[in-house]
Amino acid sequence: MRYSCKNFVFLIYYLYSQIANAFDEKGGLMALIELKNVSFSYDKKTDAIKNLSLSIERGEKVAVIGHNGSGKSTLAKLFNALIKPDGGSVIVDGFSSDKKEDLFEIRKRVGVVFQNPENQLVASIVEDDVAFGPENLGIEREEIGKRIDFALKSVDMEDFRFRSPERLSGGQKQRIAIAGVLALKPEVLVLDEATSMLDPKGRKEILGIAEKLNREQGTTIINITHYIEEIVGYKKIFLLKDGELVFCGTPEETFKKVDLIESCGLILPRATQIANKLKRNGIPLPDGILTEERLLVELCKLK
Amino acid sequence: MKDITFGQYFPAKSFVHSLNASVKILLTIAFIVAVFLVNQYYFLGFALCFLFILITTAFAKIPFTKLLSSVRAVVFIVVFSAVLQVFFNKTGKVVFSWRFIKITDAGVYTAIYITVRILLIVIGASLLTYTTSPVEIADGLEFLLYPLKVIRFPVHEFALIMSIALRFIPTLMNETGRIIKAQKARGADFESGNIFKRAKALIPVLIPLLISAFRRADELADAMDARCYAGSKKRTKYKKATFSFRDAIGFITLGGLIAGVVLLNGFFGVIV
Ligand SMILES: Nc1ncnc2c1ncn2[C@@H]1O[C@H](COP(=O)(O)OP(=O)(O)OP(=O)(O)O)[C@@H](O)[C@H]1O
Ligand SMILES: [Mg+2]
Repeated sequence: MRYSCKNFVFLIYYLYSQIANAFDEKGGLMALIELKNVSFSYDKKTDAIKNLSLSIERGEKVAVIGHNGSGKSTLAKLFNALIKPDGGSVIVDGFSSDKKEDLFEIRKRVGVVFQNPENQLVASIVEDDVAFGPENLGIEREEIGKRIDFALKSVDMEDFRFRSPERLSGGQKQRIAIAGVLALKPEVLVLDEATSMLDPKGRKEILGIAEKLNREQGTTIINITHYIEEIVGYKKIFLLKDGELVFCGTPEETFKKVDLIESCGLILPRATQIANKLKRNGIPLPDGILTEERLLVELCKLK
Repeated sequence: MKDITFGQYFPAKSFVHSLNASVKILLTIAFIVAVFLVNQYYFLGFALCFLFILITTAFAKIPFTKLLSSVRAVVFIVVFSAVLQVFFNKTGKVVFSWRFIKITDAGVYTAIYITVRILLIVIGASLLTYTTSPVEIADGLEFLLYPLKVIRFPVHEFALIMSIALRFIPTLMNETGRIIKAQKARGADFESGNIFKRAKALIPVLIPLLISAFRRADELADAMDARCYAGSKKRTKYKKATFSFRDAIGFITLGGLIAGVVLLNGFFGVIV
């Protein structure tokens, strides 16, 4: 009887600490990923990330856009504690990347897929590669087997389980890289220009996989890209320029900032460009036209 | 450059594939020892080794043409050492002479002997890599080297380095091919000139290759860290190697081969 009483107190305390963890000092509900005044420098001279704050909620689909060298990959590495911020803090699900004992809790939760699929695969057999992450976590054999099944199924590559990645296409290799990350059951999937080395079909497939994971598993998606048309349908867009966050908003709001986007060295989608030109020539079109379909609909509405 | 079949795993479900990797590594070493034990001039020992290879290949369900393709990788070395023997071995009876060239019977024998020896060893070693995936080989090595832990040898790291090296060999081979083509397109000349000139022409290939290899290593390290790699401490293994009765059969067969070779050596030693 006394035992169960103690257990009960313990349970209450545990629940309390879990709930308390989910709030920040001010009592606001904490986001899954929270960056506060983060700065980072590779060479201690120039900052690759400058005083950057942002938050990403659980289950959201967000995109980070910026030109070459704007600090996108640096941000991706900050998200999963591959690098520690020089100033400010990175908090993931209550864990801080400043604490050594929290590192693996963060990396478990935030999976990053990098640009070049070739340089992310460690093993010469697909299933061995997918097993690498779970093995590192010290997971038991049967569970690893299940995770391989799950991960390969998620990326639609079950048939390639015993093949060598060497013989796969770029898009297929990238899918295996994603599977390798998914086997860790992350809450957040970061794609750091994961589609930039693929052809349009491969790009579409990878984005489709991210979409599906978001929809079916509730995985938070952070798509880092310089293909601005990819951000259609995302919840939040972060625009980076020289390590600074210059804008944050919905895709529609983002595309209204034509000058800002162009000053960041990015190119607007063709439909938006055409719409803007038409508007400048006096044709009354609404703001925020992103796709060719939408442009067509709006044009048909005109008399 | 493209066809580097030597050392590429050939997945199948067979008796040989199912053997324990550590056992297979030991057996391969034993096989090489057997090949070295074959006495010069007594080629029956080689025939026995070759028979062993054929049987193993059949049991491994590997197409016999694969054996040929593994040989192709070493043709140059084999021909080179054979030619060296034929022309420069001055012992034994002269069987052919023309101007300053003298070919002796001992030279020809040794050339054949060395050729067969190298071929058997290469085929034997490639049988190991055909039937054992790089991860298994690395794990097998890790197991065999385990005693070295006593002297603080980083056994796990060594095995991981081995398997990553095996994984990147084809990648870097392809890359070399690409760089050569790119430099040719810029007018680089790899075919003419003496050996020093040609070696010098390779510098514009090696430097980009080295730089790219470092970049790859950097990115791979990031990707491994991102997947929670933290050394061998907590790590589990998805493919746990087990020993079985089959491994005993492997040992017995190879013991038989070595005994056979030794017996044949002794047998002919008595007669001749
Ligand atoms: N390992 C490094 N050492 C030193 N400086 C670096 C390193 N990696 C990146 N940088 C610098 O940090 C800045 C941001 O680089 P980062 O790779 O984050 O940009 P990016 O937005 O990902 O670019 P890209 O679109 O080319 O991938 C750049 O100015 C770059 O030169
Ligand atoms: Mg980048």
